[in-house]
Amino acid sequence: MSLDVQNLVVAYRTLRGDVRAVDDVSFSVADGEIMGLAGESGCGKSTLGNSLVRLDRTMRCLGGRALLDGTELPLSDWDAMDDFRFKKVSLVPQYSMSALNPTRRIGKMISEVVRSRKIRYKDVLPELERRLRLVGLPTDVLAKYPIELSGGMKQRVVMVLTTLLDPSLLVADEVTSALDVSTQRAVGGMLVELRDMGIVTSTIVITHDLSVLVQVADSVVVMYAGKLVERAPTATVVDAPRHPYTKLLIASLPEVGVRYAEHVLAGIPGHPPSLLDPPKGCRFADRCPLASAECAVEPPLVELESGHFVACWKAS
Amino acid sequence: MRRYFARKLLTYFLTFFVAVTLDWGIPRLMPGDPIAGLLSKFQLQPSSYAVLHSSYTRAFNLGEPLWRQYLDFWRALLHGSLGTSIYAYPDPVTTVIRHAVVFTLALLLPATVLSYLAGNKVGAIAARRKLLDDTVLPFSYVLTATPYQWLALLLAFVLASVAHVFPISGGFSYSLVPTLSWAFLWSLLTHWFLPFVTLFLVGFGGWAIGMRNLIIYELDADYAHFLESLGAPRRLVRKYAYKNARLPQLTGLALSLGTIVGGAVVTEIVFNYPGIGWLVLQAINSEDFFLLQGIFLFIIVGVLLANFVVDVVYVLVDPRTRIGLQEGTR
Ligand SMILES: Nc1ncnc2c1ncn2[C@@H]1O[C@H](COP(=O)(O)OP(=O)(O)O)[C@@H](O)[C@H]1O
Ligand code: SF4
Ligand SMILES: [Mg+2]
Repeated sequence: MSLDVQNLVVAYRTLRGDVRAVDDVSFSVADGEIMGLAGESGCGKSTLGNSLVRLDRTMRCLGGRALLDGTELPLSDWDAMDDFRFKKVSLVPQYSMSALNPTRRIGKMISEVVRSRKIRYKDVLPELERRLRLVGLPTDVLAKYPIELSGGMKQRVVMVLTTLLDPSLLVADEVTSALDVSTQRAVGGMLVELRDMGIVTSTIVITHDLSVLVQVADSVVVMYAGKLVERAPTATVVDAPRHPYTKLLIASLPEVGVRYAEHVLAGIPGHPPSLLDPPKGCRFADRCPLASAECAVEPPLVELESGHFVACWKAS
Repeated sequence: MRRYFARKLLTYFLTFFVAVTLDWGIPRLMPGDPIAGLLSKFQLQPSSYAVLHSSYTRAFNLGEPLWRQYLDFWRALLHGSLGTSIYAYPDPVTTVIRHAVVFTLALLLPATVLSYLAGNKVGAIAARRKLLDDTVLPFSYVLTATPYQWLALLLAFVLASVAHVFPISGGFSYSLVPTLSWAFLWSLLTHWFLPFVTLFLVGFGGWAIGMRNLIIYELDADYAHFLESLGAPRRLVRKYAYKNARLPQLTGLALSLGTIVGGAVVTEIVFNYPGIGWLVLQAINSEDFFLLQGIFLFIIVGVLLANFVVDVVYVLVDPRTRIGLQEGTR
C-alpha cells in the first residue's frame, strides 16, 4: 500500500467563505500503480494533487489524512513537509512550461535546488545526465536558459528534475495538455517508463482528457465538484462505466482514429456547480439525465464489485 | 545582435534629428519678442531702441529667413555652439548651462542613486516582513503620492523658516564669493541639503513600493511555486525573486538617470536652487529661447543616451532578451 488518502477535505479560504475543492475524498494507489485522476476543469483535481505536495497558504486541510508507505504526510505543516518534498513526494505542476526560473541556466538552477536540499550536485550529476539522455534530451540543455527550449523539452526537463531523487509518489498535473499530439504520446510514454524502471513508485496522472489515461493509467478516479464519483481499473471505466457522469465523459471522447477537428465533441451540457455553496444531495443532479427524487440525498461511495467504486443511487 | 544595435542606433539618430528640429521650431512659434525683452532691461531712448533692436536682431540671426536660421542652427550645433543667452547676455548658452548642470548633477545624482539603493533594500525587506510591510508601505505611499512641492514647502517651512536649521533658498550664500574655502563648501552643503532630502524621500518611496510589489509578484510566479514544491528553502526562493525583481527596477533607474540632466524643476524652483530646472524658469521668464533650446537639447541627448544604456543593460542582464536577439539574428 503506497499511498492511502483517507477522507481528505481541502478548502480555499476566500473572502466569501471556504471553497471546498476537495470534499471527503478517499482512495489508495498501490506500489507501481499509475492512477489517473479525471474530471472537467474546476472539479478539484489540481487542488487534490497540490495538497499532497504543496498545500499553500491559500489552502486549508480541513480533515482527513494521507499515508505514504505507512507514514502520515504532515500536509498542513509547511516545514515538516519539506522533508518529504522532492525526496518522497514530487509534483510536476500544471504550469510546467513556466516552472523554470527564466533568468537562470537550467543546470545552475538544478544545482542550486539540489544543494539547498543538502545534496551534493556532483553526486547526482551523472544520474541527471543519464536521465536527460534517457528522455531524449542532449545534456547541453543544462547550459541553456528555459527560453531556448521548446515546450516539450521544458516539460521533460521538469519531469526529470522532479523525479531525480526517485520519489515514492509523483503527481503529474496536466502534463500533456499544452503539447501537440505526438509530444503528448512521448510524455505519456515517459510516465510509464519512469514507473517501469522503478524510478517512481506510485503515480497520479491528472488530466481533463480521458484519452491520455487510456494510454498510461492502470486505474482511474473520476472527480466531480470536489467529490470522488467513480473509481475502477481503466478498462472498466472505459468499457463499463457505472456513474452517469463518467458515462457522459466517455461518450464525449472522440472515437479512436477520429481527429478532433472533424468531430465536434458532444460535451456535457451545463457547468459544474460553484464549490462555495455546493448543492445538497448529489452534486451532479442538475445535469444528470437519470436524476430523481432520491438524488436529493447524497449517494455514498459503494464498492459494486472488487475494485469498482461508484457514488450514485442508480448504479447498483 | 549587431543588427539589433545598428537598427537601434538608426532609430536614436532619427529621433535626435526630429527632436532637434522641434526644439528649433517650437520657440520660434511662440508669441513674444525676445529682443524686446532683452532691451527692456536697459533704459533706452526710443531712437536708440530702434537701432539697438535691429542690431541685436542681426546679432541673434533673427532677421534671416527661417530655412537659413535652421541650417545655421545645425551648423552651430555641430560646432558645439548653442548661441548666446539673452537672459545672461552676453554669456554663451553653453556656459550658462554648464554652471547650472553642476548644481543639478550634485543634487540629483546622489538623490537618485541613494534613494534607489535604499528603496530597493527596504522594499525587499518589506516584502517578507509583515511588520515592516505594515509600516513601510503606507509611509512609502504617502511619500510618493506627495507632490514634490508639498514636501519641499513643508521642509522649507519647518526646517528653514521656523527652526532656521537650514537656509531656505539659493545654491550658496550670496554674501560669499565662490572660492575653494571651507566656509563656501559648508554653505554649498547646507543649501544642498533640503532639496536633496525632498528628492531622496520621494524617490525612496517610489523605489520601495516598486521593489516590494515586484517581489511579491515574483514570489507568486510559477517558478517560485515549483521551487517550493521541490522543498527549496525560502532563502533560495527569495533570492530568485529578488534577482528577477531587480530587472525592471534597473530599467527604471537607467531611465531616471537619463532625465536627471533635466533637473528637478519644482524642487529647484521652490528652493531657488540654481540648477537646470531653475534655469528653465529663468529662460521662460526672459523669453530666452536660445537658452531654452540649449536646455532642451541637453535633455534630449540625456534621455536618448539613457534609453540606449537601458537597451544595453537589458541585453546584458536579462537572458530572455539576449537569447531572443541571438536567435533573431542567427
Ligand atoms: N486560489 C483559489 N482560491 C479560491 N478558489 C480556488 C482557488 N483555486 C481553485 N479554486 C477553486 O477550486 C475548484 C477546483 O479547482 P482546481 O483544483 O484547479 O480544479 P481542476 O484542477 O480540476 O481544474 C474550482 O472551483 C476553483 O474555482
Ligand atoms: S445520484 Fe442521481 S443525480 Fe447523482 S448521478 Fe446518480 S442518478 Fe444522477
Ligand atoms: Mg487543474
